[in-house]
Amino acid sequence: MKYSGFTVAAAGLIIAGCDDDDDDNIPDLEAVDLGSGDIGILNYAYALEQVESAFYAEVLRGGYYGNAPAAERQILDALNEHEQVHADFFRTAIASVGEPIPALQLDFSNINFNDRASVLTAAQTFEDLGVAAYNGAGPLLTNADFLLIAGKIVSVEARHAAAIRSLSTDVLAFAGDDIIDANGLDIALSPSQVLQVVSPFLQTPLDARNLPV
Amino acid sequence: MKILQLLNKYASLAEAEPQTAATSSRREMFRRFGAATKEAATIALPLGAALLSPKKVRAQAGTSVVEVLNFALTLEYLEAEFYNMGLDASGLLSGRTRSVIQQISKHEDAHVTFLRSAIQSQNGTPVEKPEFDFTAGGTFGNVFTDEQTFLALAQAFEDTGVRAYKGQAGNLLGNDDLLLAALRIHSVEARHAAEIRRLRGSEAWIEMAENTTGVSAADAVYAGEAQTTQLGVNLESVSEIDNEGITESFDEPLSRQQVLDIAALFIT
Repeated sequence: MKYSGFTVAAAGLIIAGCDDDDDDNIPDLEAVDLGSGDIGILNYAYALEQVESAFYAEVLRGGYYGNAPAAERQILDALNEHEQVHADFFRTAIASVGEPIPALQLDFSNINFNDRASVLTAAQTFEDLGVAAYNGAGPLLTNADFLLIAGKIVSVEARHAAAIRSLSTDVLAFAGDDIIDANGLDIALSPSQVLQVVSPFLQTPLDARNLPV
Repeated sequence: MKILQLLNKYASLAEAEPQTAATSSRREMFRRFGAATKEAATIALPLGAALLSPKKVRAQAGTSVVEVLNFALTLEYLEAEFYNMGLDASGLLSGRTRSVIQQISKHEDAHVTFLRSAIQSQNGTPVEKPEFDFTAGGTFGNVFTDEQTFLALAQAFEDTGVRAYKGQAGNLLGNDDLLLAALRIHSVEARHAAEIRRLRGSEAWIEMAENTTGVSAADAVYAGEAQTTQLGVNLESVSEIDNEGITESFDEPLSRQQVLDIAALFIT
């Protein structure tokens, strides 16, 4: 399946994900609108948690996990549980205040779930991305309760990131110089930056054009 | 670093996008903060704060931004001095543990410098470093001679730091630059906590309200962590995951007073 990855739209935010414009007569998936304001940010977080949750579900079905040492399986089991809790939380919480996005169609075909390096690299990418996404989304929220819940989740994502990174041979990777700057500050990214990274894993396109900037 | 490599591929597109003053300022904020930088810590906070949407909720009345930053600075002084003293203690820290502590120490020193600059940029006065006693009046007499004791306290300090920053985020609502900075420090403290816990043979996350330090004085650090309802959502009924997993999935805030009560044990 061909896809353009993303389309840059007028507001600077993007439609991320599959945009199939070949002639194979397979219907394109319609883009899902994340929405606007605080609800848009919560849906954005929910989308990322769906990606993480689905990823770890795949990991637990894969050959690396099946043969991994107990210590590594325990970490992956926990990450699988936590991301599912996060996704379950957002699905219900958003429904009580607005319109949650539906279950997204995802594509992890570029990850080799039988290969330790492929799985751990992807896990590190997703966890660091989660940290960056929540950090970047914080200032975009206007409701203090939503800011607090984002805060409650982001520190757990950071624990995840450190745990995955600690499996590296680099003993400093848990909070390495590649991710923590000279001021001791962690990474933060805007929704459009995050969605660019996530785009290859999305079959369902996400429309982020109404998110706060 | 993988994420940044992927972003660099798309960097040219950012230049093609039309920008308003507000979006260009915020984009500048992300551009500057999104990439790891080796520059020294001369802090010139971006102008984003001046371009805030007027709809933004202002910080809670009664807790000024400078007060929040000075509270954070107090905790960073504590951690910075604790780690520096630990690294100076002959024979205390070696091998992988020492390398980990060195990296954490580097960050805490950087946080002290950053917060002092941030306070001055707000025309505030940074609090001076308190006098610390990490033995807590003799309770932890071997803190700098016994690695187990040192690491137990390190875990307590890091998990406290995470909960302290989390508790203050709401007070920075409306000040985008400082809220962003606080969140970015907060997640680093969480990485620290995870790694200290791993060194000590604990899981990186907090299960229920379990205090795994082995130090009963640290019970207050974990009090209130066993939450299964979040924002009115009863996760027990919504999720298939068990309560232990639910409580691990969220870290809880501590109030300023709760944090100061913990810190007071170590301030003379």
